[in-house]
Formats: sequence, structure tokens, C-alpha cells
Amino acid sequence: MSKQRFSALSLLRRSLGGHRSWEPQWRKSEPKPAYDVVIVGGGGHGLGAAYYLAAEHRVGRIAVVEKGWIGGGNTGRNTTIIRSNYLFAESAALYDHSVKLWEDLSQVLNYNVMFSQRGVMMLAHTVHDVQVFKRHVHANRCSGVDNEWLTPEEAKAFCPPLNIDPDIRYPVLGAALQRRGGTARHDAVAWGYARAASELGVDIIENCEVTGIRRDAQGRVEGLETTRGSIRAGKVGVSAAGNTSAVLSLAGVRLPLESYPLQALVSEPVKPVFPCVAMSNTIHAYISQSDKGDLVIGAGTDAYTSYTQRGALHINMHTLDAICELFPMFRRLRMMRNWGGIVDVTPDRSPIIAKTPVPGLYVNCGWGTGGFKATPGSAHLFAWTIANDAPHPINAPFTIERFRDGHLIDEAAAAAVAH
Amino acid sequence: MSRWRTASGGRIDRTRALAFRFDGVRYEGLAGDTLASALLANGVHLVGRSFKYHRPRGIVTAGAEEPSALVAVRRDGARETPNLRATQVELYEGLDALSQNRWPSLARDVGRINDWLSPLFPAGFYYKTFMWPKSAWKSVYEPVIRRAAGLGVAPTEPDPDRYAQCYAHCDVLVVGAGPAGLAAALAAADQGARVMICDEQSEFGGSLLADRHATIDGASAAAWVARAVADLAAHPRVVCLTRTTAFGYFPHNLIGLAERLTDHLDAPAPQAARERLWQVRARSVVLATGAVERPLVFPGNDRPGVMLAGAARTYLNRYGVRVGDRVVLVTATDAGYQAAIDLRDAGVAVVGIADLRPTVSGELPAAARAAGIEVTESATVLGTSGNRRVAGITIARTTSAGTGGDRRTLACDAVLMSGGFTPSVHLFSQSRGKLRWSDDHQAFLPDRSAERERSAGACRGATDLAAAIADGLEAGAESAPTRTAAARRITARSPRSADRGYLGAVPLASDASQKSFVDWQHDVTIKDLAIATREGFRSIEHVKRFTTMGMATDQGKTSNLNALAIVARAIDAPIPSVGLTTFRMPYTPTTFGAFAGPSRGDLFDPVRRTPIHAWAAAAGAVFEDVGMWKRARYFPERGEDMHAAVARECRAVRSACGLFDASTLGKIEVVGPGAAEFLERLYVNSWANLGVGRCRYGILCREDGFIYDDGVIARLAADRFHVTTTTGGAPRVLAMMEDYRQTEWPDLEVWLTSTTEQWAVIAVQGPDAREVLRGCVEGIDLDAAALPHMSVAAARICGIEGLVMRVSFSGELGYELNVPADHGLGVWKAVHAAGAAHGITCYGTETMHVLRAEKGYIIVGQDTDGTVTPDDAGLSWAVGRKKPDFVGRRSLQRQSMQAPDRKQLVGLRPRDGRTLLDEGAQVAERPDQRPPMRLVGHVTSSYQSAVLGVPIALAMVAGGRARLGQTLYIPMPGGDVEVEVVSPVFYDPKGERINA
Amino acid sequence: MLLIPCPHCGERPEIEFTYGGEAHLVRPADPSTLDDAAWADYLYMRTNTKGVHAERWRHARGCGRFFNALRDTTTDQFLGSYRIGEPKPALSMGEPR
Repeated sequence: MSKQRFSALSLLRRSLGGHRSWEPQWRKSEPKPAYDVVIVGGGGHGLGAAYYLAAEHRVGRIAVVEKGWIGGGNTGRNTTIIRSNYLFAESAALYDHSVKLWEDLSQVLNYNVMFSQRGVMMLAHTVHDVQVFKRHVHANRCSGVDNEWLTPEEAKAFCPPLNIDPDIRYPVLGAALQRRGGTARHDAVAWGYARAASELGVDIIENCEVTGIRRDAQGRVEGLETTRGSIRAGKVGVSAAGNTSAVLSLAGVRLPLESYPLQALVSEPVKPVFPCVAMSNTIHAYISQSDKGDLVIGAGTDAYTSYTQRGALHINMHTLDAICELFPMFRRLRMMRNWGGIVDVTPDRSPIIAKTPVPGLYVNCGWGTGGFKATPGSAHLFAWTIANDAPHPINAPFTIERFRDGHLIDEAAAAAVAH
Repeated sequence: MSRWRTASGGRIDRTRALAFRFDGVRYEGLAGDTLASALLANGVHLVGRSFKYHRPRGIVTAGAEEPSALVAVRRDGARETPNLRATQVELYEGLDALSQNRWPSLARDVGRINDWLSPLFPAGFYYKTFMWPKSAWKSVYEPVIRRAAGLGVAPTEPDPDRYAQCYAHCDVLVVGAGPAGLAAALAAADQGARVMICDEQSEFGGSLLADRHATIDGASAAAWVARAVADLAAHPRVVCLTRTTAFGYFPHNLIGLAERLTDHLDAPAPQAARERLWQVRARSVVLATGAVERPLVFPGNDRPGVMLAGAARTYLNRYGVRVGDRVVLVTATDAGYQAAIDLRDAGVAVVGIADLRPTVSGELPAAARAAGIEVTESATVLGTSGNRRVAGITIARTTSAGTGGDRRTLACDAVLMSGGFTPSVHLFSQSRGKLRWSDDHQAFLPDRSAERERSAGACRGATDLAAAIADGLEAGAESAPTRTAAARRITARSPRSADRGYLGAVPLASDASQKSFVDWQHDVTIKDLAIATREGFRSIEHVKRFTTMGMATDQGKTSNLNALAIVARAIDAPIPSVGLTTFRMPYTPTTFGAFAGPSRGDLFDPVRRTPIHAWAAAAGAVFEDVGMWKRARYFPERGEDMHAAVARECRAVRSACGLFDASTLGKIEVVGPGAAEFLERLYVNSWANLGVGRCRYGILCREDGFIYDDGVIARLAADRFHVTTTTGGAPRVLAMMEDYRQTEWPDLEVWLTSTTEQWAVIAVQGPDAREVLRGCVEGIDLDAAALPHMSVAAARICGIEGLVMRVSFSGELGYELNVPADHGLGVWKAVHAAGAAHGITCYGTETMHVLRAEKGYIIVGQDTDGTVTPDDAGLSWAVGRKKPDFVGRRSLQRQSMQAPDRKQLVGLRPRDGRTLLDEGAQVAERPDQRPPMRLVGHVTSSYQSAVLGVPIALAMVAGGRARLGQTLYIPMPGGDVEVEVVSPVFYDPKGERINA
Repeated sequence: MLLIPCPHCGERPEIEFTYGGEAHLVRPADPSTLDDAAWADYLYMRTNTKGVHAERWRHARGCGRFFNALRDTTTDQFLGSYRIGEPKPALSMGEPR
């Protein structure tokens, strides 16, 4: 396939031909008998890993197998929040690696992923929240990650719809703002990586579900059984989010993961009214406005594990009462669409990007509710780990063994709970 | 009366004229009108502008599926609702509606330039450009895109309206009150079932409300509907809900209904709820959701005046409105002919019928021909004309060669289209029922149910009236819990109609210069779909996301199936293999306020207040939220800020006596022969050796070895412990205890009871505490020998039976008086009065925090963060060394838990003796670092110590206990603060005061 | 909102319950005899079953009792529930509603 560059000029030129000369953005590949590396899971993380394996590690023959259509899992089912103001140095380094890659991603992929650094504001509602967020601000500043403290008035100035009335049930006592944070266009990330990877020779095989993982006499991975036949593979990287447990169980690998429903919703589109991303962990409200005009609102996970890609009504009700409390002028707006994803959660809510006990088998999972923001960084580090059969220093702490050894990276516990 | 209003007929009230405004212009409609019918009655067809190209748009449908006619309705500044479908807005006197997405006016909209530049803006163009220069995305491109996008304008003032919520249970919930739904409800009620039936419209009847020809049980459709509705309304076990949309189908037959209560009223009562959200748990559900007529995809099909044939028929028969003077019908169904015939009967000129089908026969086409209407078979549409309203249509015959013959242009002011009927399977699909493709119906139909649910009528392909009613009767009877009564029979007759319809673009559409719209609202044309497939987007989900087809506020109700057919044809695949986009709730957009309901202000989350709350509030206390509790944070006196108040409160406790409301402490009574063993297994401490009448500070870890909660535990009797927890921790500690009691150790005879709300706890702390209490406490000896530190005794406290615990979180001689909550305030007041002579001072949580920090006592959740072990917190003395096991013990044996470089609790003092550290500030070993710095810890607590006259801080520092005396650095934006590592116990390290 | 079959009280709405995770994970009688890996397995490893999952619920805002239930995590339909201490029933015990 000849490389077709995307630009205003190419758009103009092809408009003269009625846009009849565009070519497929990625090749529809049939599985070949053998690859050097097969990535299982065609979301942003998997496609990105394939891209970096080809672009930076030149590992030879690479394929991505996806049981449905690419970008159809959590990549296409999230609220697209991007930030890196995490508390622990390990997490901040991981997510900031990602934010730095986001900043150039449109240019690197020649695909506009619409990374919009409109600022992510995390609201504090209690004295305890203030202590926790100030700890974040200090830790981030010392690590070189931008994050600043705003008074309620400053928060209101940054986000005019915000209700800072001190008499509401949980008044806003301040906010931590990461200006480099923001949102991106989720589908574009999957398609942009797919297109760039495809141009580098990566086979992207959709509608191809893995049904078995073959191992040789020494226990090393040697290939996959799929709904589209057997595929030999030197190395296999699994990047299957909510389905990771199911895929890795095919190789007898157990993981400390549980899969939960996570919902999100959008309002009907309205003219620009919400300039940033606002998050409140205390009352569970996450909101931004897409370029299309929809308010994009994240809900919490349901209480129970499930693979149904849907959640309960009362979860949405709780989400929207929080939104209406913080932004009472949105009460008359209407929910246009709600959807659910399956998020894989580890005991410390931090991801695993690591080798598995099975030689040649690698896993990238456990992103919980925060995987989208990490897409480029996660993909980049996973590619490195597969290519070098060893973790990059940034993902070295994110092993499976940390649960055995007690070296947890527990952001949620660190945010703790009210005393 | 306007010339478009018929002289008679319809369901409007011709005696009640209603004035309304659209874009500031005054019009008149009739009671019973929708905004759409009222506008059409005034000859207004241009009602909006499209999302992307700002093309003039009119009214396409007469119902919830409307893709085009979106307006804002304004009652006052705070009550403006954007993006409402004019087809669903009921007219009331004074209604004020505004068109959207246009500037400066609807008729002259500069955004129209996008339409002329549209070759530059094909589907997905934004992925391909706006990347150079990089910085321009944020500063130029994105702001322009955002301004252009969006439809209506969000309100800027808080919504003052109220929203209600309720639960309901029934045997049979019938969704949809058209012929099948009414029949189902009647049949289920006949069998004695508790029935609920809802319909999104203002009255029951569905398609029958616009049907002039059908006869049911010998009566007209309207008469039968009236009788059925009356029967249902009179039935004691039937609940009828109009204006109620079933928006979501949730697991285990929970259906969400949104009932609109006041939007149709000109002057709603001020306290009336605007909407009510129902959560209905139904034993069985009958989905009688009908079918939606499909537009035809032809060039120029979006001009105002081009609308669905069924909609035109509805406007005529239900609202008495002629949608034009000269109409052309483009159809692939017989049903379309019914509209043409009805309009002709009403005096409208039907200037031609273009039928896409090669040969047309049947009852309705025959009637049209008999009426002298010219029918063109094998027809197609080459384009339309007209600026703000359709003025003409060019049709032709398709020939075997594929090119249009008999090309003719017909002047008209309305075009009716009928492409077939798409069953509304949204709720069925939401329930996770499986759909199957039916070639006969050219539609997806319900196949296998996932819930106890049954579709009936047109939504499962029974479009013929008699069949739909029979299906509804069967569904209703089947769904009833018992079948005792004889089955009801209903006879119905309506003209026979062949409505398989047509999917995809009409022949030759792709050769036309005019755009053929598939998705009106998002301006998705057949060219966009072609580009998507050309660029490799094959899955319908991909096509949808790339083109935004079906992602507008109508969620593709009129467009999805046409798009699917077009994509299937482009990639030469059968329709079912291309897939169907997932149906998600809500069926139609549903108000946020309805979901939030009454949960606002104080009802957002229950507020927990202590018995002393009102007294503290009257005394001027400032409160903080801790969990759901309101706790008094400090008690400022005149002119004091928090720091001054806290300093005064601290000095009072250290020098005389303070009074503190500790009622929020979690309290759990652990009782039974196994109580001591239970705590032994759960807490890190030893309990077997705790004497009756004694207290001990307990630490609870999770199995991972990290501190979960702490609190003083008093042994009241051999088999009875009074366990206290942190304020926020009580529910989770009790839940954890129950978990172990019920599932791990059912062998232990032990009972757990939450007593948090039963006890008020009044802490009396300070050197004068004993003297203050001497006059308040009867029945026990308060002297140190009789009641030493960490002991408990039952006593009469100000005349009330209670518990006196000699415990201290301040480091001073201290008591906590536990009295029944109802007596909390009385005892508080009595102690306060008794302490007046000693200068007793009320203090709040902030002072409590300072006092405990001076003593190096941790606050779980502030000094610990879920990664701290007892040893990290300097509490290894509390761990029962000889115990074989306790929750968390095995985890603490891991090597990493004993590493010398773990973060440990230490005290910090600024070297300058002045600088108050920031809580959360980081700790570094080396000064003058630049990011990324090497850090060794963080400050967890920091206060100005009134008694010491210097700032103090607690911190978690790597290997901290080995660093005593070291200088460390707190890197702040203004430079490093030098600190000395000291013991976390700043005050009275020998504990003389506490034991006084 | 699920309708959850409490074996003591009957079917009740989900908001009356708390979820307790995978069932039949028994705390080792003497954890100190386990090596770190075996202990971590008990603490953290979960089958995360895609299909019929034996799980714990507590009727926290009802009878207060823990019980076990079988639920198909691909459909959220319950196949049955049983009391703590009772063995996991054979799968034929109930049909999904």
C-alpha cells in the first residue's frame, strides 16, 4: 500500500476528485502462518504496541489479532480523560511518559487524535481531600509533573459552570489542576495507530478470537489457536483489558485481576459551555465537553464483576445527581447515550506491564478505569518489554510479582478515606 | 383559521386557540397541537439548521424519531431546554420556541457557507488535517471546531424545577399503547394481572390516532381507542401512564420510565415536579413499541417540506393540518398511498406518485389510481428544488440500462416519502434479546428473549392491524401470572398494505450532484458512507464512528437501516454480516434532573449530626465534613480566625480543661463467649489478657498487613467489648468483622452490634478534668489509683447511667463520657456548666488534631495512607508478638515489610523555628534539587503548636527512625525549608500528664 | 439493578446488598506455613470467571447475612444461591430466569 499522507493539502487535492482516491487506512489482513510477535487485542494499547514494535524495535513480522473490530473495547468506551498527576513517583513517571507521547502523537502518526490540553481539574470537597491533593501537588512539582493548587474562586474562574457555593452538601474547598491534562478523540487513537502500524507492515486481523495458546515442550509460547486458524508466534503480548483473565487462562496463567462494568454517558450536544475536564473522586463526577458538543460524563464501576458491558441504572442516577449538584444548570440537559465497558482491576489499581511466568508471553493489563490516558505510554513500554524480553525502567515496578512481594503501588489507598 | 388547517376532524380542540412564538414571531395554534403541527398549520416548514452544513431543515416525522426539527423552548431564563423535538413539544398558551444552530437568523445563516465548502469536509476530514502547525490545534482549529459544533445552547442558570422518583412493581408492564399495546393491557387485565401501561405520547392510541379507515370491533379506530382507554382507566389493577417514555431496559426486568408531568402546561404549579422517573420491576414485560417509517435516501431529500408519508397523514388526520397544497409521494410501500389518498380527500392536490417498485398492485395503489392520481412505477428521484422549502422534484423511471428515463419535474410544496417500516427493537435489544434478520420484512426482528419479555405487534413485524391486535392479545394473556378468564377477541379491519419497503439509496442517487442524506441531523450523506467504506471502515460500528452516522440526538432511528444497506451494498456483503450498531439506553434523550431526582442539597447525601450539633452551631462552631458527619472544627470567639481559635482552645486544654464532642467515633459492641478470641484473631493486639474494666488501643490491619483502622477497645465484661473506630471507619470495620465472623470463623459465638448512634461521647480533657467531673459523676472513684489511664467504669453521669472511660487523645488527663444519645446534649450542657469555674473550653477537631500531633498520635487516613504497617507508624509495641496469627500477620512477615528503608513515622521541626510546613509537602535528603528530585518522604500533619510556641510536623520518611537529629529538606516553590528529624512525641514524652 | 436471590429473604434489589467477591476462598488455617507466593495467591489471585461465577453477597441492608450465589457473568443472570457453609451446588440446580 502506498503511503497516503494526511494534510490540508491532500484533503483539498482529493476533494477535487470527489474523495474517490482515498485508500483503506489499514490493510485487512488474513492471518499468515507465522509471526515473530502477535499482539492479542486490537485496542489502542495493542495497536500502539504493534506500531512501536515495528517503528522502534523492528522486530520483523508482527500481527495484531482482535476478536471484534479494532478500537471496539475500552478504547471506544471511555471518557477520554488524559492526565499524569498521580501521587507515587512510579505512577507519575508512567503516566507522564504517556502525556509526553500524546503531545506529539498527531504529528508522529500523521493522524489527528485531537489531543486537547484543556486542563484537568480534580475537586477537593473535604479537609481530607485538600490534604491528599496538596500532597499530589507537592509530589508532582518535585517530580517535574505540572499540577497546581487552586482556591475555589480560582477553580470557578477556570471552570465557570462550577458551583462553589459554600453551603452545598460537599462544598468545593479547592482543586488540583494539571494544565497539560485534557482529552483526545478515542477512535482516532486506535485508527491512527492501526494505519501507522499497517504502513510499517503490521498485519491487523479483525474478527479473530484467540481460543488457545500453544506452548512447546519447555513451556515456551509457540503460537495461538484462533477462530481463523493456527498462528505460530515467537512471542505473544496480551493486551486484552477486561478479557485478559480469560485469554491468559488459556496458558494457565492466573492474574490478580477482576473485571467490572464501568459506565459512561453523553448529553445531547450543546454549544461550548464546559472548557476543561473536572473530576470529583469524593462525589464521583467526571465531566468534560467533546468537540462535538456532548457533555461526556463518567460514572463509577458497578459493585460486581461482569462481562456484560452494561451496568445498573442506579449507578447513572448517582453520577448525574453529583453532576447536577456541582453544575446545577445542567439539570435540564438530557442523556443521549449511555454505554458500558469492562475494566480489569488489580488489587492496587495500578497496571501490570510485564513478562508472565510463561516464557515468550507478555501481559499489559489492569488499567482499571484509567487506561485511555496511558495508551501511548503503555503501548510504548509494552513494545519495549516484548522486544527486549525485559521491562523498561519506567514499567519495571509494574510486575505481577509485586503482589507477592508487597511492593504495591496503591494510588487509591493513598487517596485513602475519610478519617 | 389558517388555510392549512382543515375545516373539521382531528383530535385538536378547535374552540381553544393558543398563541405561541417561534423565533419571536407570534403564531396561533390549537389545543391538542404539537409545536410541529402548529407550525405546519401556519405554513412554517423551515424550523432549523443542520449540524454540519447548516442546511435549512424542516419537519420530517410526527414523533419521537424526528431527526431534524429540533428547537429550544424557553419558559424563563432558568427554564430553557435545548434540542427538543418540535414533534413532541405539546403546545401551550404562550409557548416560546427558538430555532437552533443559526446565526444571525434562521432564514439567513452564515454557517451555510459550510454547505458550499462541503467538498472539503467529508466524513472524518478532521482526522486528516489541523495538525500543522502543532500549536494551532489548541489556539485556532479546536476553538473554531467547538464553536461550530453543538446544537442548542445550554442554560446558564440553575434549574429551579423539581424532579420526582418512584418505584413500582407489577405483573405485566406494557410499553406502548398503540393497537398491540392496548390489546395486551386489556388481555392481561382480563386475567387479573396487575398491569402498567405507558406511552410516550400525550394520549393512548398510537397509530390509531391518525387512522380514518380502520374499524375495530365494528367501531372506528378512534371510538375503539376511547373505549379501551376507558376500560383500562376504570380497572382497579391497571395503571395508565401517558407522556411516559420507557427509556431503558435493565437486568432482571427493571424498566426505567420517564414521565413528563408539566412541560405541556402553560402555568405549572410552582411546587409540581416537572418529571418523574419510575423504576418498575415487572414480572413480565410486553414490548409493543411499534415501528418507525423509514425515509427514502434520494438527492435533495432534506429540503423543508420533504417528510414521511405517515407523518403527513398524522398531521392531517390527528391535527387537522395539510402539510402542503401540492404534494408528490415517493414510496416503496402501499402505506404511503394511504397518506396520498387521505390528503387528496382533504383537498390537497397529489401531483404524482413515484413508486420505486417495478410493479404496483394491491388495494391502496388501486384506490389511488382510481382517484386519478398518476403512479410512476420503477421510479427514482434525481433531485429536488427549492430554497427554504421544497418547490419541485425531478423523478424518472429506472430502466434496465440503469439510466433514468421519462425524466420529469413536478412542481410541489411537499414531498412525502415512505421507505418501509423499521420495527422499534431498541428496548428488546437493550434487554439483551437476540435479533434476527428477516428477509421478508427487510428488518431485524426480535428473536430469542433474554428476560421474561415478549414483543408484540409492529415491533415484531406484525404491521397488519388485525395481526398486531391479535399478537397483543396473545402477549397480554401469556404474560399474566394466571390464565383464568376466557381469551378476549377483537376483530379489526384495515386496508391491506404491502410494506416490505426499500433499503438504501434510490437508484442513481450516487450520480446526482445533490446530496442524498442518510442521517439528517449529522449531515451524513451516501458519499460519506462511500468514503468510509473506501477508507476501509467495514464494520457498521466503524462506519458509524467515522461518519458519526446515527450518533445524533435521534440515535439513528430513521437512518441506521438505510446506512446498513448502503454499506452492505458497497462492500458486497449481506446486511446481517455488516452487523447492527448496539442499542443503548436511553431510547430517547432523558433529562439529567429526572435521574438526579430529589437528590440535591442536603438530600444529596444524608447528613449525620451528633446530639450536640445544634448546641455547637448555636455556639458559633465552624463545621467540617468527615464522611457523612458534620463535625465541629473549631469554636471561634469574636473576631478570631481559625488559627487564633485553635491556639486558644489548645492552651485551654493544656492548662485547664477542654470539652470535645467525640460522638462521631464509630462504636461496635462485640459480645459473646467468643468475643475475646474474635478480637484476638482480628486485631494485631492481644486481648485475652486485657482485664475487665480496662481499655487498650487497638490496631486493625487488612490481610495485606496495612493499617485499616484504629481505636480504643474497652472490656466491659469477660464476654463484652466496646470497640471504637475512626469516625469514617465504623461501617467498613463492622462489615469486615461480619465477614470474618460469618464466613471464616462461624465456630466463634460472638455477636456484633453497631452502637455508634446509641452513645453520645463527651471528651473532657485537661489537668482540671477530674475536678470538673467530680461534681458530675456518681458511683465511681475518679482518683488515679481507682480509675487509672486506660480504664473504664459504669457510672451515673449527671444523673444518667453511662460509661466513664479514662482515655486521652490529647495527652492530658482525660475522660470520655459515654451516655445514651438522647441524653448527650443534657450531659454536655451540665458538664459545660460544671466546668465554668475551671474555664472549660469547647474545642473542635482542629484542636484535637494539634493536641494529638504534639503527642505523636496518628490519624488513620492522614498519617497513614493504606501503605503503612503498624511498624511503619511506630506502633510495633502494640502488636501481639506471641500471637500465632491475626489478620495481616502473614503479610507483615514478607521481607519487603521489614525493609529498613520503609517510610517510618517521625517528627519534623523547622530549623528556623518559624516555618509552618505544608501538609503533603515532600521531604528530600539533599538540598537544592531540581525536578525530578530524589525524595525520601512526605509531611503528613503540620500545625503551629501553641504550647511549644513552634511549628511541628509529623512525616513519613524512609528509614526515618534512624535519622533522628539529621537535617532534611522540604523543597518548596520558594526554596528549601531545613528541618530536623525528631521523635514524633513533641510534648510530655514521659507521659506524666496523661497518668496524672 | 440486579434482583438478587437472598437464600434467607428471597429476591431483593441490588441496593440492599454488598458484593463480597469470589466465593469459596478459605483463609488458610495457619498462614505462617505458606510461602510468599502461596499467600499472595490467597490474597490476590482471582479466577475472574467469564461464565458461571460462585460469588459472595451480603444482604447488608436486609438480614445482614453473607451467602453465596451462582451468577453467569456474561449475562448477569443468577442460577441460584446458597447459605455460607453449604457446598457449591451442581449447575443443574436452576434455570436462568
